[in-house]
Amino acid sequence: MQLLHQVKYLIRKELLLEWRSKYAINGVLLYVVSTIFTCYLSFISLNDKLAWNALFWIIMLFASINGVSKSFLQETKGRQLYSYILASPSAILISKTIYNVLLMLMLTTIALGFYLLVFDTFSPPDLLMYYVAVILGSISFSTVFTMVSAIASKAGNGGMLMAILSFPIIIPVLILLIKLAKNAVDGLPWENSWDDIGMVLVVNVLVVSVSLLLFPYLWRD
Amino acid sequence: MNKTWWKILASVLVVYTAVAGLLLKVPHLAILNETIRNLYFHVPMWFAMIVLFSISVFYSVRSLLTQDRNDDIRAVESVNAGIIFGLLGLLTGAIWAKYTWGQFWSFDPKQNFAAISILLYFAYSVLRNAIDEEQKRAKISAIYNIFAFPMMVVLLFVLPRLQDSLHPGNGGNPGFNSYDLDRNMRLVFYPACLGWILIGYWVYTIRFRIRLLENKQNS
Repeated sequence: MQLLHQVKYLIRKELLLEWRSKYAINGVLLYVVSTIFTCYLSFISLNDKLAWNALFWIIMLFASINGVSKSFLQETKGRQLYSYILASPSAILISKTIYNVLLMLMLTTIALGFYLLVFDTFSPPDLLMYYVAVILGSISFSTVFTMVSAIASKAGNGGMLMAILSFPIIIPVLILLIKLAKNAVDGLPWENSWDDIGMVLVVNVLVVSVSLLLFPYLWRD
Repeated sequence: MNKTWWKILASVLVVYTAVAGLLLKVPHLAILNETIRNLYFHVPMWFAMIVLFSISVFYSVRSLLTQDRNDDIRAVESVNAGIIFGLLGLLTGAIWAKYTWGQFWSFDPKQNFAAISILLYFAYSVLRNAIDEEQKRAKISAIYNIFAFPMMVVLLFVLPRLQDSLHPGNGGNPGFNSYDLDRNMRLVFYPACLGWILIGYWVYTIRFRIRLLENKQNS
C-alpha cells in the first residue's frame, strides 16, 4: 500500500507545517471574521432569510478560495521538485485535497458559529441539516479549488487566475449547496433534500476522479 | 478538408432555412405565436456550440497524449468558434425572451447556466493568455478544457431539469418534441441544425488554417 503510506505521510507533513506557522488558518480566520463583522456593521440586521443564507455562502466561497489557493501557490520550486522525486502525483493530490478538506471543515465550523452569533435572527430551525450542507460545501470547495489552484500555480499570475478559473466551475456546485441550505433554513423535512445531497456527492466524485486522471500530466514539468 | 461539397451544402441549407423558416406555416401556440420561428435559429446555434466544444475536448485529450502542436491549435480554434456560436445563441435567446417572457434577461436557470458555460470558456482563453511558453500552454489549457467540459454538460443538461424553468422541456413545461413540432417545422428544423453545425465547423476550419499560416509565417 505504497500510495496509502505516502498519503498519510504527506497529510501529516502538511498539518505539521501548518501547525507550526498557522499561516493559512490565521489568514482565513481573520478574513472570515472581518467579513462577517463588516457585513454586520453595514446590514445591522437582515430582514430576509434568503439574504441571510446567500450572504453566508458568499463569505464561505471567498474564504475557501483564499484558503485553498494557498496550498499550491505558496509551494516553492525547490520543495516541489523534492516532493516530485519522493511521492507519486496521485498521493500529492489526495493528500493536499484531504488537508484542504480538514482545514475548510474547521474554518467553516468556526465561521458558521460566528455567523450564528452575529446574525441570530434567522437561525435555521434544522441546524443539523444546515451543518450537513456546510460540511458538503467545504468538501466540494476543497476538491474543486485544489485542482484549480494546481492549474493556476503552473501559470504565471497565480492569485487572479485562480479566481477567474474557479468561479464558473464552482457555480453549479454552489447552486446545489445553496438550494440544500435553503431547505434547511425553510425547515423542510429531510426527504426533500436527499436528491440534492446525492447530486453534490456525485459532482464531488466526478471532480476528484477527473482531477486524479489529469494531475499527473500537470505535475510533470 | 479542402473539399467544397459540404460547404456548399451548409450554405444552401442555411439559406433554405432562413427563407422557409420565415415563409412556411407554423403551428400557432399560445404565447409563442409567430416567434416560434426563432426555433430555427436559436437551437441550431446551441447545437453548433456543443459540437464545436466536443471537437475541442477531443483535440485537447489528443494534445495531452501526442504533444502535437496542431492538436492544440485545433482545440483552441474550435473553442473560439464555439464561443461565437454560444454568444449568438444567447443573443437569439434574449431577443426571443423579450417577446415571449417579457424581458431580455429573465431569471431562467437555463439562460443563466448557458451564460456561465460561456464564462467557463472565456476563462479558458484567459488561461491561455496567461502562459507564455507554448508547450506548457498547450498542456495546461488542455487539462483545464477536459475539466471544464463535463462541467458545461452538467450546467446545460442536468441542472436545468432539476429546477423550475421557463424553457420548454425543463422544469415541468412540455418539451417541443412531443406534439408541437409538426411536419412543417421538422422540415425546416432538422436542415437548420445540420446547416448551422456545418457552418460552425467551416468557421473553425478556416480559423485553424489561418492560424497554421500565421505560425508558418512567424517561424
